[in-house]
Amino acid sequence: MKIPWFYFASPSTFYRLAGWMAPWFFVLAALFGAAGLYVGLVLAPTDAQQGEVYRIIFIHVPASWMSMFIYFVMACYGGVSLTFNTRLAAMMARALAPTGAMFTFVALWTGSFWGRPTWGTYWVWDARITSELVLLFLYFGFIALANAFEDPRRGDRAAALLALIGLVNLPIIYFSVVWWNTLHQGASVKLTGSTMQIQMLWGMLLMALSFWMYSIGASLTRVRAVILDRERRTHWVRALAT
Amino acid sequence: MNVIAARLPAPDSGGSFSAAFSWAFARDMRLAIRHPGETMLVVAFFVLVASLFPLGVGAEPQLLQRIGPGVIWVCALLSAFLSLPAMFASDYADGSLEQMSLSPQPMPGWVAGKIAAHWSASGLPLTLLSPLLGLQYDLAGDTLLALAAALALGTPVLSLLGAACTALTLGARGGGMLLALLALPLFIPVLVFGAGAAEAQASGLSAAPHLSILGAGLIVAAMALPPAVCAAVRIALD
Repeated sequence: MKIPWFYFASPSTFYRLAGWMAPWFFVLAALFGAAGLYVGLVLAPTDAQQGEVYRIIFIHVPASWMSMFIYFVMACYGGVSLTFNTRLAAMMARALAPTGAMFTFVALWTGSFWGRPTWGTYWVWDARITSELVLLFLYFGFIALANAFEDPRRGDRAAALLALIGLVNLPIIYFSVVWWNTLHQGASVKLTGSTMQIQMLWGMLLMALSFWMYSIGASLTRVRAVILDRERRTHWVRALAT
Repeated sequence: MNVIAARLPAPDSGGSFSAAFSWAFARDMRLAIRHPGETMLVVAFFVLVASLFPLGVGAEPQLLQRIGPGVIWVCALLSAFLSLPAMFASDYADGSLEQMSLSPQPMPGWVAGKIAAHWSASGLPLTLLSPLLGLQYDLAGDTLLALAAALALGTPVLSLLGAACTALTLGARGGGMLLALLALPLFIPVLVFGAGAAEAQASGLSAAPHLSILGAGLIVAAMALPPAVCAAVRIALD
């Protein structure tokens, strides 16, 4: 089957595709989320050392993964928009940024609520937490820069370049617990195997899938708004309104 | 004020990286020397803010020794940040930047020259002044040395990172605050390792690992950032 990639690279056709796809991703997010919460809150046993408070990882860890992954995807869209000068890629980068910032904030927030009973403090200035905070500022900078110009295409290009420069931060976040001897513990889940109990692992993976589907659904919904705003003077948008 | 832009090197004089670098460096240095007020303002700001802290937090020598390197680094970072708009903004406003980009000289050359001139007019004076400020904070001799060495390696990275950010914000609304939002988070790693060098020295460890990381960061930044600044300038002139 030949997939018509370039057919959907046009905002007007992608607008319809995104409108058709977004609800399905929200449905998937709800299903995975319900399953993940059931596994995480009901099936998974109480942690031997931390008690019930550990259950916040079912939000915290998937949110942290998504915060980094969305930034990576956003920077890739930025690179595509700079290289091929495509409008839709830049719009996707804009649509992803608020969701990524939200997950970064959730990761920091849940982390501090977990840290209070476990470490005895809401916040420590260790390498991983600081670099995650820098990621939040990078998202804010991206959003602010993209909207700082009269000409939206100028904002697209400047923000895309900023996203590519900020990409340096991702390996720092990811490897911070290896490079520095920090309070934040190292990864429990690796490609070579996990040190976690199997139900905890499944709960976390299901929640990660749920967040992933939510991110796709939310960014598709948001890109529809961006497309309408950008293309408001075109015939097809005016035809929609009438 | 930027009439010197009219004296670009002639097209037949080469178009080599080094010719463009030395031309832009000489031009921006000449501008800085003819308007010494701006450079003096950066230095005065640095000294003034660093002098506020002992008055604010109390002047016990042990406390000052403890916070000294960090405070001096934060002041250096803010001074470098405040002098950033001078690098491209006035040239962008009066069209000199566009003239330079139309010249046959390679853009990475003159962009690197402008960055080097910015460092010579802001980072270098701060580095040279830092031992004096360190004395205000009662730092020991070897700590002063580590602080100055860290500033010498770290402030060029600030100029390079700042150049990319200030080029990105050319012609943007809300210029100053936007520049702060972009540049200051990127400055954080430099601050961590720069202040860490002097603190390690003060606590009896060696500053060498921190200085090595700063040096490595400087090499990477000097290689990778001038092309990014060129891309940002091109976006601004589009």
